[in-house]
This record gives sequence, C-alpha cells and structure tokens, in this order.
Amino acid sequence: MQFLAYILSRLVQMAPVLFLVVLIAFLAMELVPGDPIMLMLGGRANETMLQALHEEFGLDRPAVTRFFSFIANALQGDLGTSIIQRQPVSLIVGERVDKTLFVIVYGAVLAVLVALPLAIAAVMRHNRPTDHVIRLGGMIGLSMPPFWLALLLIMLFGLGLGWFPIGGYGEGFLGHLWHLFLPGLTIALFLSPILVQSLRAAMLDVMGEDYIEVARSKGLSPRRIIFKHVLRNALIPAITVLSVNIGWLLSGAVIIEYVFSIPGMGSLLVRAVGSRDLPVIQGLTVVFALFVMLVNLLADLSYMLVDRRVLRK
Amino acid sequence: MPGEAILTAAPAALWREIGRWSMTLKIGSLMLLVIVLAGIFAPVVAPYDPYFQDYDKLLLPPSASHLFGTDQLGRDLFSRVIYGIRIDMTVGFIITFVPMIYGVAIGALAGYYGGVLDGVLMRLLDTAIAFPFLVLIIVVIAILGPGVQSIYIAVFLVAWTMYARLARAEMLVERSKDYMLAAETLGYPASRIIFRHALPNIIGSSVVFSMADFVLNILLLSGLSFLGLGIQPPEPEWGSMVAEGRDFIFDNWWICTLPGLAIVIAGTALSLIGDGLARRLGQSHQAIL
Repeated sequence: MQFLAYILSRLVQMAPVLFLVVLIAFLAMELVPGDPIMLMLGGRANETMLQALHEEFGLDRPAVTRFFSFIANALQGDLGTSIIQRQPVSLIVGERVDKTLFVIVYGAVLAVLVALPLAIAAVMRHNRPTDHVIRLGGMIGLSMPPFWLALLLIMLFGLGLGWFPIGGYGEGFLGHLWHLFLPGLTIALFLSPILVQSLRAAMLDVMGEDYIEVARSKGLSPRRIIFKHVLRNALIPAITVLSVNIGWLLSGAVIIEYVFSIPGMGSLLVRAVGSRDLPVIQGLTVVFALFVMLVNLLADLSYMLVDRRVLRK
Repeated sequence: MPGEAILTAAPAALWREIGRWSMTLKIGSLMLLVIVLAGIFAPVVAPYDPYFQDYDKLLLPPSASHLFGTDQLGRDLFSRVIYGIRIDMTVGFIITFVPMIYGVAIGALAGYYGGVLDGVLMRLLDTAIAFPFLVLIIVVIAILGPGVQSIYIAVFLVAWTMYARLARAEMLVERSKDYMLAAETLGYPASRIIFRHALPNIIGSSVVFSMADFVLNILLLSGLSFLGLGIQPPEPEWGSMVAEGRDFIFDNWWICTLPGLAIVIAGTALSLIGDGLARRLGQSHQAIL
C-alpha cells in the first residue's frame, strides 16, 4: 500500500515537468524566426503549396488552440507528421526506440562491469598507489570526449585489428551485441569515470560508519566487510549518480549513434536538426524527456529494493 | 613604505599558499597556466596562420616542421590546435562561471530567506534535474540555428540550477551558526551578511564543482561542434577539427586524434585542479558530480 502511494505521488510530481517539456517542444515551432514551413522547405515552395502545408500543420489557427490540440494529439500518441519524410513522427521514432535503448542499456551494463571492480580496488587500497592511479585515470577518462573515444576505438579495434564492426545494428540479439560492442564500450568508458568516482566516495563514507568499526572489531575480513556491508549501502548514492547522469548518458548516446551510424533516435535527432524537421524534433524532445523521467522514477523505486528505510522518509 | 611591503609580501604570501597545495593542484595549475599562456600568445606560439591553406602540403604526417601534421586543406594542425585554445577555453569559461555567479547568488538568497522564494526555487530545481539538457540545447539550436549564441542561451537557462542547489544546501547549514547570529545582532544589512560573511563559507562546494563543470562544458561545446551544431568551420575549434578528420581515419590518423588530445589535456588540467581544490578546501573524497 505504502509502495503504491509512493509511486502515485511520484507520478503526480512528474506531471508539471512533463507539461513543461511539452510546452518547450511546442514553443520550438512557435519561436522559429520567420515561417517554419518556408524555413524547412528552404525556399522550394510555391504559394499554393505553402497554403496547403499551413492548413495541414494547423498554422492558420491561433497558438493557444494549437497548443491544446498538440497536447491532445500527443496523449493519443500522435506527434504530428515529418515535413521531410512525410510520415507520422510516432512511426519514425517508434521504429528507432529499441535501437537507442539497446545501446544505452548495453553501455550502462558494460560501464558497471568496468566501474565496480575499479571502485572496490580503490577503496580496498585507499590512499595507496592503486587508489591514486585509479583516481588519476578517472580524471583523464572524464576529459575524453565520447566522439573522440569512438573514433579511437574504431581505428584500433575496427580498422587496425579488425575485431569488431564499426557501424550498423546487426541481425538478432547476438548480432546486436556484436555490432554494438564498440558503441557500448565507448559509452562505458565515458560513463565509468563518473561511476567509479561516486561509488568510491560513497563507499569511503560508509567505511567511516560505526557499524563497519563493529564489523572490523568482530574480526571480519576486509573483503567480507566490503562486499557484505559497504557495497550494499553505497549502492544508493551510486544509483542516484547514474540516474542524475542519465541526461548526460543520453547526450553521449546521441553522439555515439551518429558516429557509428546506428539507426536510433540520436542519429535521427542530429539529422532532423540538420534539415530543420521541426515536428520530428518536437516528437523526439517529448520522447527523450519521458525516457529521462522514467529512468529517474525507476531509480527512486530501486532505492526501496536496496533500502526499505527510504519509504519511511 | 607600505607599497613596497605589499609588493614583497604578496609574492611571499602566494608562495606560502602554493606550498600548502597538493601535488595534483600544483600540476593542474601549471598545466592550465601553460595552456592559457599559449592561448593568449597564440600568434607567437603557433608557427603558421591557422587559416592558411597550403596546397603543396596536403595531409602531411607529423614532422619537425609540422608538429601535428597538416590537414586536407594544407593547414598546420598544431597552429590550429593552439588557436583552438582561444575558442574552447573562452567559451567553456563563460558557460561555466557566468551561471555560477547568479546560481550561487540565487541559492544563497533562497537558503537564507527560506519561505516562498525557497519553495519556488526547489520546484524549479526538480524540474531542471528531470529535463534532458542536451535536448533543450538542441531545441534552442533548432530555433536559432547552429552557433555559439544558441549554446549560451540554453546553458544560461539551465546550468545555474546545480550551483543554486549547492549554495542553498550550504547556506541552510551556515545560517544557524554563531557568527551569522552575531552579524545579525550587530544590525548588519542582509546583503552584507549574505555576501560578505556567509559567501566565503558556502562557496567551497560550488568552486569544486565548477572545475568538473568546466570539463563537461568543454566536452559539450566540442561535441556540439563535432555534430556541426556548434562553432562552424573554418574556425579552429577542437571538436569540429576532429569532425573534419573523421573522413580521413583510414590513412591520416593525426587529423582527428591530435585535436582531441588537446581536449583531454585541457580537461585533465581542470580535473587535477578540481581534485586539489577539494583537498585544499577540506572536501576530499567527496564526489564532485
């Protein structure tokens, strides 16, 4: 019951944010200087064509009316029609969602696989050379631009050694894993410095707690203390960091999809901005924002699995 | 002579302060100093004109006369990377520290006064956290077209929220301390209490965060430019230089790798300073992100 009430209150909190997102997406079309249709067609339109398109996109009606019909349509899953591709935006975006999700989840899993051992090693060897090397590596890693990292990996593993494909999405689950390894690794490499840093900091904080002192005086081995007591309590801050950085992860994914020519939402966004296909940009804005909000909600819910005390707050 | 005393005392105080710095702070500051000086004196440091296209010297690999080689238009890459400091570091500095100034001020005021102002601010901060930043920037770019002014507008709208959050949290702790009560009892105006007495004590976490923020902002600028949405060619911006080199990764590795290395070096310098500042300000092993 408590659990349901909590989810409900979180969903209610999301409503104003979602409203703001839809408003911003709507404003994109309104604030473009000049005629958006003209802009998108790049002066290739004649008078009758312009008139027809204005009616089709409802630009002859007042802005407030259009805003509410935009919301009403969006609620029914209708995000408008792409001006360039002449197809429903929901269709174009829909067939790309799974690709972006696959890349992001793959990258996040690889990032945890890279970050967790490093963070544990840094804490077990706190203030010793291992710790310093990991911290320094994190600082250098944080400074590496994802697009540059992607090109380096392409040159090394794709062109140099020929181990992995350097583009595309592949066929079947194993094919995806194989084709998306380099993109996933790029995400992992640029996400893990943040993850290592926060996990390390959280674990060091937990190490200072009284109950760790108790565990130590009971004669438990450092390994057992870290894995049984420290890691579990350090998970909440780590999940927070991961969910707060989901926007950052997403922006990395946009660039990485573009570099590896993965047919996901990110490469679509870059193309849509290039061709100023405003309905597509509007649709993607809403979908991306929904995605970030859902991840934040999932993070909040996962706290409860890790620590039941969250509910009582 | 007081003037003479200041002149001799200032360097001595500076050296004493530097003596207290950790190794990371010293190395990072030295790296940053070299980068900034190279940017300021770019016409002296750079051996060639960054825009000059020499069609007799296309795609030359790195050598003594062209340290980083030349690109597809025969431009000297090392000179372009040096001039790139002026673009990337300047824009990165502006989009980091301008929002920091009003972000800290807003957070400090909200934390000090509480009430309605604080409530409104907290709602705003929650919204900003939930909103995907890159998407907002892309919407602004879609409206105004690619370029640095779109980046300024989008960043100035959002980036202050993190600083407001940090300053507010610190102000809540600071507000009830004795020296604040003393200043209030003495009848000082609120502006003096907040900005002269509390500010030095609440700015620490923002200063530490600003270094990581600076790094991420350089990545943001170069990333957008890489996608063709930020600084446009032929300006020597690091990210757009990497983008130009992307077509040549098969045979001419240096065009995309070496400008990217400049980003890594600049970012590492700032990260080292951030790590050192965290230690110097007594906030070690706290996560800065």
